[in-house]
Amino acid sequence: MRGLTKEYVIRRLFMYVLTIWLGSTLIFLIPRLVPGDPIAAMVTRMQQQAGYVENSAEIIAAWRARFGLDAPLSIQYLRFLRNSVTLDLGYSLTQFPTKVTEQISKSLPWTIGLLALATVISFILGNTIGALMAWRRTPRAVKSLLPLSLTFTSVPFFMLGILLLYVFAFGLKWFPVGGGYGRGVTMGLNLEFIGSALYHAVLPALAIIISSMGFWALGMRGMMITTAGEDYMVLADAKALTPARIFWGYGVRNSILPQVTALALALGGIVGGAVLVEYIFSYPGMGYLLYQGIVNNDYTIIQGVVFILILTTATAVLILDLLYPFVDPRISYQRR
Amino acid sequence: MTATTANAPATPKKASRLNRFDSPWLNSKFIAGLCMVGFAVLLGLIGPLFWDVTLARVASSPLNLPPIWAHPEGFPPPDPAHPLGTESSGRDMLAVLITGTPRSLMVGFIAAGIGLLVGITLGFLAGFKGGWIDAVIRTLCDAVIVIPSLLVLIVISSYVRQVDIVQMALLLALFAWAFPTRVIRAQALSMRERGYVRMARLSGASTFTIMYREMMPNMLPYLAASFSGAVSGAILAATSLEALGLGPTRIPTLGMTIFYSIRAAAILRGMWWWWGFPILMLMLIFTGFFMIATGLDEIANPRLRGLKAG
Amino acid sequence: MAAQNLPGTVGTITNGQPDPNAVLDVQELRVHYETPGGAVIAVNGVSFKVRRGETMGLVGESGCGKTTAAMAVLHMVQPPGRIVGGHIFINGTDIVPLSEAELREFRWRQAALIPQGAMNSLNPVMKVRDQIGDGIETHEGKQPKDVLKRRILDLFGTVGLSSRVYDLYPHELSGGMKQRVCIAMAIALNPPLVIADEPTSALDVVVQRIIAQTLLEVKARLNVSMILIGHDMGLQAQLVDRIAVMYAGNMAEIAPVKSAFAEPMHPYTQLLIASIPSIKHKKPLKVTEGLTHDLRNPPPGCMFQLRCPRAMDVCRQVRPPLRELKPDHQVACHLYA
Ligand SMILES: Nc1ncnc2c1ncn2[C@@H]1O[C@H](COP(=O)(O)OP(=O)(O)OP(=O)(O)O)[C@@H](O)[C@H]1O
Ligand code: SF4
Ligand SMILES: [Mg+2]
Repeated sequence: MRGLTKEYVIRRLFMYVLTIWLGSTLIFLIPRLVPGDPIAAMVTRMQQQAGYVENSAEIIAAWRARFGLDAPLSIQYLRFLRNSVTLDLGYSLTQFPTKVTEQISKSLPWTIGLLALATVISFILGNTIGALMAWRRTPRAVKSLLPLSLTFTSVPFFMLGILLLYVFAFGLKWFPVGGGYGRGVTMGLNLEFIGSALYHAVLPALAIIISSMGFWALGMRGMMITTAGEDYMVLADAKALTPARIFWGYGVRNSILPQVTALALALGGIVGGAVLVEYIFSYPGMGYLLYQGIVNNDYTIIQGVVFILILTTATAVLILDLLYPFVDPRISYQRR
Repeated sequence: MTATTANAPATPKKASRLNRFDSPWLNSKFIAGLCMVGFAVLLGLIGPLFWDVTLARVASSPLNLPPIWAHPEGFPPPDPAHPLGTESSGRDMLAVLITGTPRSLMVGFIAAGIGLLVGITLGFLAGFKGGWIDAVIRTLCDAVIVIPSLLVLIVISSYVRQVDIVQMALLLALFAWAFPTRVIRAQALSMRERGYVRMARLSGASTFTIMYREMMPNMLPYLAASFSGAVSGAILAATSLEALGLGPTRIPTLGMTIFYSIRAAAILRGMWWWWGFPILMLMLIFTGFFMIATGLDEIANPRLRGLKAG
Repeated sequence: MAAQNLPGTVGTITNGQPDPNAVLDVQELRVHYETPGGAVIAVNGVSFKVRRGETMGLVGESGCGKTTAAMAVLHMVQPPGRIVGGHIFINGTDIVPLSEAELREFRWRQAALIPQGAMNSLNPVMKVRDQIGDGIETHEGKQPKDVLKRRILDLFGTVGLSSRVYDLYPHELSGGMKQRVCIAMAIALNPPLVIADEPTSALDVVVQRIIAQTLLEVKARLNVSMILIGHDMGLQAQLVDRIAVMYAGNMAEIAPVKSAFAEPMHPYTQLLIASIPSIKHKKPLKVTEGLTHDLRNPPPGCMFQLRCPRAMDVCRQVRPPLRELKPDHQVACHLYA
């Protein structure tokens, strides 16, 4: 049977759950293992603020129950797991009666949009460049220009973001210095908003694209060099297929497979990097929300944002994994 | 076999002799990368001999001085006593670079060192023992790689605001082992399939001996590449945390300097030297490690060297 | 050194004019691989012909330049190799000077390849039908789906593949099936010339015989001319009409298969035939050490001198030209001067 086998899907689902469990356990456990009790401090702090909020006593009681500060660690942990599974992330500490999930649901689309846009462009661009770098028939002039695209490989996204911000927003004033859309634009499915959002996304996306495409290009170049030595490439030449068909259908099509795996492995790093880009550009996504959580010591926001981002990343990886057998027909036969 | 080699014409012998002169380690990218990282290391080592590092303290210098070659409007004239300028709380940028660079490097080296040690142990164990040990290690590894480690570190360090460099490095090492483990496991697996390890096994050598005598030398480029990748990964994570205002606060690190500059809106005030020099330094370090890793990759896979792909 | 090119072996008519009776007329072909240590002279002035409807065997030990010569015939020597001299006439047209675009017109239509290593010659991510189909459609333009399918299934019939294979991926096929797919691909456009590079070497003995049988049938049915490269002298004896023996980039002997086996003239051919294992007559294996010279630096004189049991003084100085000693039987050896 081709495509998805039961064993494969079960294995991937297991990895999915394991990843999320591991990530959330780390963010639960480590803060509790270090000396000091930040949560006690947090509740105290909340009590000070909550003097102004109606029903504060009840809410604080609910909070105490949520953190179960009096309960043993194991009970706390089980509750934490239950709350995670039900996506009950509690209340924001600084904007007290607001639920964390409410804030996140406003921010998450921005992050997913930016990341998806930037990652897809960077992946396509980088892989094409890398493939052309290794392709025998690439015109000499093009070939000599391609390595330029590698200049900013390995420069962290956010540092490139600062450079772009300085040059194109502060210096040349071509792009806005931050935000997700222009002032006075109403959010919604209208052209003005979409245009404004895209305009504001250019620099943050460029920061991610420029510094990550070299990674794809180098990986692809290596794979194409390996693929070029394969017997099926020789036979494709002997069959006198058009160069475009050999390049895409034989060369790239085979070389891209390890790159898809690499994408799954790199996604966690990309998400982490994007969080900082959002912070630099005050982009209204999860990264900016996270930064505000850090500034305000809003631990529920921090925990909630990170948990949801871990969940999102793992889900994206799961989707990639489940799509993989459709691009590589051999996969159901060999255990990865 | 031996007879043939002994009688063989001069070709292969000459080739290998040539190779010894023309050692693959003399890879230009590798060497350029080493030089870049070396420069950063040297700056931290001998910089304090030539420059007063106490100028990195707050209010040790006049505020907002531009570098000596720049004359931006709205800023005081540059002062030769502060060649790279100063920032808004009166730190001398050169002193900041000299004190901050080695701290970033140290965090990276410690974290990567621990990560690599764990990676070697687990990677060899998995690749060599196989079976359920391999399954467990591989699964754990894949899971850890998928988790956005920076975010977990953000959570941890937002609770634990005061960490020193070693604690920071330990935290980073929590994630630094996964990639090396993966790489080393794959290499160990492929080497296990190759003849010489099997031969050594048949001749009764212990697992340990096989690991260190037979496999290590062949793995050297991969280990070194993993290490340099892990160092720059750890420095990136540390810098990112610092840039968010987390991590060690008492000492000016490069990331912390970037954080202060962002908080003070240095980008929009045109004080490029405030964030520019730390970023330049970090770019040098990252590019250096990156070139080391690329060079090592070419050393390990000769096919990548030229662009002679057919 | 590439510079000290000695006069190569001389074929019968190597006058730069194509032989009208030959599908393929290779004259004075030279192929070098440019390596850092100097040019490897893989094919050193080789001439041979393939007549219409004939199967010519090309034998010689590993590394003697068979694949290189075959790839040169398609003008597809893999880098860093290149054709540095000679003519390759296919149906009267010299393909050596042709441009890449002109070559694409000619390849696969005029000369198809059954590659060495069919195991890895199929694109692993493409269904078999698409890999046969893309060759056809590239040369003949887009075709209606059902027409193409009919045609591919017909090809399957010719090479003895079940129609089930149509929808499979390469990794779902056995080695023998992959080899058949490669044969089907090669004859898809009915080319006048098919080059089969060791089509059986990676297969087990039984499958080898079956594939050989398939090749014979295909040849009989389509009347193609074929170059059959191989090591296996036994198989060659059954399959080919004429046999060409190469040694270290040079042609040693070309003869009709019967006389080559009955009365081999070149000492290297004699050695090859003597080392065919036989059950009837048990004989000690005649193996000469791998004392080949460095292909980058061929010695003056005969290429075989280091291993030749009958080498003479003249052999170390003068390169023996390929001469027709008997009707249709050419040998390059000083023994018959
Ligand atoms: N890419 C290359 N670079 C350098 N030398 C090469 C290259 N490819 C082949 N050669 C040399 O050219 C010579 C002829 O190689 P070729 O592949 O044509 O031999 P062959 O007769 O087909 O051998 P086999 O029976 O093993 O297939 C060999 O000595 C080989 O070392
Ligand atoms: S020419 Fe001389 S060396 Fe060469 S095969 Fe004939 S006898 Fe042997
Ligand atoms: Mg060959």
